[in-house]
Amino acid sequence: MSEPILELVGLSKTYPGGLKALDNVDLTIRKGEIFALLGPNGAGKTTLIGAVCGIVRPSDGTMRAFGHDMATDWRAARARIGLVPQELSTDMFEPVSRAVAYSRGLFGLAPDPARIEEILRSLSLWDKRDTRIMALSGGMKRRVLIAKALAHEPDLLFLDEPTAGVDVELRKDMWRQIGAMRERGVTVILTTHYIEEAEEMADRVGIINGGKLLMVDDKAAMMKRLGRTEAHISLAQPLTELPASIAHFPVELEEAGTSLCYRGGDGTGKGKGEVADLTKALIAAEVDYTGIEVRESTLEDIFVSLLGEGEGAA
Amino acid sequence: MINWRSTWSIYTRELMRAMRTAFQSIIAPVLTTSLYFIVFGAAIGARMPDIAGVDYAAFIIPGLLMLTLLGETTSNASFGIYMPRFTGTIYELLSAPVGVAETLVGFVGAAATKSLILAAIILLTARLFVEYQIAHPFLAVIYIMLVAASFALFGFILGIWADNFEKLGIIPMLFLTPLTFLGGTFYSIDMLPKPWDTIALANPIVYLVSGLRWTFYGTADVDFGLSLGITLGFLAVCTVIIAYIFKTGWRLRA
Ligand SMILES: Nc1ncnc2c1ncn2[C@@H]1O[C@H](COP(=O)(O)OP(=O)(O)OP(=O)(O)O)[C@@H](O)[C@H]1O
Ligand SMILES: [Mg+2]
Repeated sequence: MSEPILELVGLSKTYPGGLKALDNVDLTIRKGEIFALLGPNGAGKTTLIGAVCGIVRPSDGTMRAFGHDMATDWRAARARIGLVPQELSTDMFEPVSRAVAYSRGLFGLAPDPARIEEILRSLSLWDKRDTRIMALSGGMKRRVLIAKALAHEPDLLFLDEPTAGVDVELRKDMWRQIGAMRERGVTVILTTHYIEEAEEMADRVGIINGGKLLMVDDKAAMMKRLGRTEAHISLAQPLTELPASIAHFPVELEEAGTSLCYRGGDGTGKGKGEVADLTKALIAAEVDYTGIEVRESTLEDIFVSLLGEGEGAA
Repeated sequence: MINWRSTWSIYTRELMRAMRTAFQSIIAPVLTTSLYFIVFGAAIGARMPDIAGVDYAAFIIPGLLMLTLLGETTSNASFGIYMPRFTGTIYELLSAPVGVAETLVGFVGAAATKSLILAAIILLTARLFVEYQIAHPFLAVIYIMLVAASFALFGFILGIWADNFEKLGIIPMLFLTPLTFLGGTFYSIDMLPKPWDTIALANPIVYLVSGLRWTFYGTADVDFGLSLGITLGFLAVCTVIIAYIFKTGWRLRA
C-alpha cells in the first residue's frame, strides 16, 4: 500500500497565451489507493491528468510512473495507464465491442474476446455490444469509455469526472465499479466536483485550485484536521454573558444573546460528545433552551474554507 | 522499435472506417474519370493526333489517374487525422504507447491502401473506354505506391496543420487540382508555346505525371530517373516534417 506508483515533482504547465494551469505540483500516488482530486472548474485537474497521459506537454517538472521516467521511458509507462476522459469523445459510428477491442489492440495487446466480454459484462454493456455508440444514452457512453480504458488491463486508471451527468442510481453503480477495480489492485485517480463522491470513494484527497495543489491528505486525517462540529442552541431567555460553568467550552453568544454557538471537535466525533456535555452543563446552570441544531462539517466545508484561505493569500 | 499490434489496429480500423463510406469514395472518382474519358477521350480525342506515338485517349490515362490519386489520397489522409483532433478522440492515440512509427504506418498506410484500390478501379474503368498496354507494369505499381505514400504523408501534415475545415479543403483545391491540370495531364509539355514549356517545368506535378506516363508507355516529358528522384525527395521531406511534428507535439499535444 505504500509503494509509489506515480511521482510528480515540480510539475508545471503554462498554456500558450500564458495561463498557468499547473503550478509546481508535487504528488505521489501509492499503489492500490483511490485518490480523489477535488477542485472547482478550471482548477487544473484535467491538465494534470493530461500531462501524465501524454495529452498535454508539461512546461516543467518530472513525472515517474512505475519507476519509469515519463520523458524517456513513456512507452513502458503508458502501456500500464488507462484514461477515461472528461469529454464523451469516441467514434460514435463504431459498435461497442469493436471500439473496446480496438483500444486493446492500440495498446499493443493480443485480442482476447473473453476478456472483452468480461469487461463489457462488468459494466452492464454486454447486451449493447453490437450497438453503435451514438445510439447509447450518455451514461452508457461513459461506461463505454471506461470499458475502452480497461481493455488493456491498466494498473493505473485516471477517471476524469466519471460521474458527471450521471444520475444517482448510476453514480452508485459507478462507485461500486471503482470499488471493484480497487479489489483487482488497480490504482485509481479520479477527479470530481461531488464532495460526497470523494468522501465515499477516496482513500486520499488532494485539493487543487488555480493550478496549485493546496493540500493532500488521507481523507480521515483531513476530516480530523479540519472537521468541525457546529451546534446552535436557541436560548429561552437572552444572556448577556456566559455562565462560568460553560466558559471552558469553545462557545460564543450570538444573535444578541439569544443563541449559543459551539464550534469545536475534530471530525472524529469528539464534538458531539462535547455538545452533550455542554447541554448538561446548561441544565446544571439553569439555562433554559428551546432548540438544538448540530451539524458536522463536510469535505465541502473544508474545501470552501481552504479555497477561501488560498484566495486570501493570493 | 515499432509495435506491430498497435500499428495493425490503427491500420485495420482506418480501413474499416473507410468501408462505411466505400460507395461514395468509389463511385465519385469512377464517375469523374468516366466523364473525362467521354469528353476528352472519345469526343475530343477522336480529332486529336497521337502524341509521341500514343493514342490521345490512352495518353491521358496516367494524368487522369494522377489527378484522382493526388486529390483522394491527400483528402483521405488529412481527414483521417483531422477528424480525431476535431472530435477529441485523438486522446486515445496520444495516451497509448504508440509513437510516430505506429501512427504513420497505420494512418498513412491505410490512406495509401485506399488509394491503390482506387487506382486499380480507375484503370479498370479506363479499360471500358480505351485499349491500352502498360509497358512497365511492375514499375508502374511501385511508382503509384510511392506517390500514394508521399501524398498520404502530405495529407497527414495537412490534417495536423489545419485548424478548421476550410483550411483542410483549400490546399487541394488551390494547389493540387490546378497544378495537376497544368501538369501535363491533357498534353505533352513540349506542345506548349515558349516560354510556357520551360515555366511548366517548375510545376512538380509535371514530373509525377510524366513519370507515371513513362511506366505506361515508355515516353515522357522528363527523364524517369528525375521523376523518381523528385517523388522520393518529396517522401523524405514529408517524413522529416512528420517526425519533427511528433517530436515537438506541434498541434497534437496541448
Ligand atoms: N488547451 C488549452 N489551451 C489553453 N488553456 C487551456 C487549455 N486547456 C485548459 N486550459 C485552461 O487551463 C485551466 C485549467 O483547465 P483544466 O481543464 O485543467 O481544469 P479542470 O480542473 O479540469 O476544470 P473542470 O472541472 O471544469 O473540468 C483553465 O483555466 C483552462 O481554461
Ligand atoms: Mg476537467
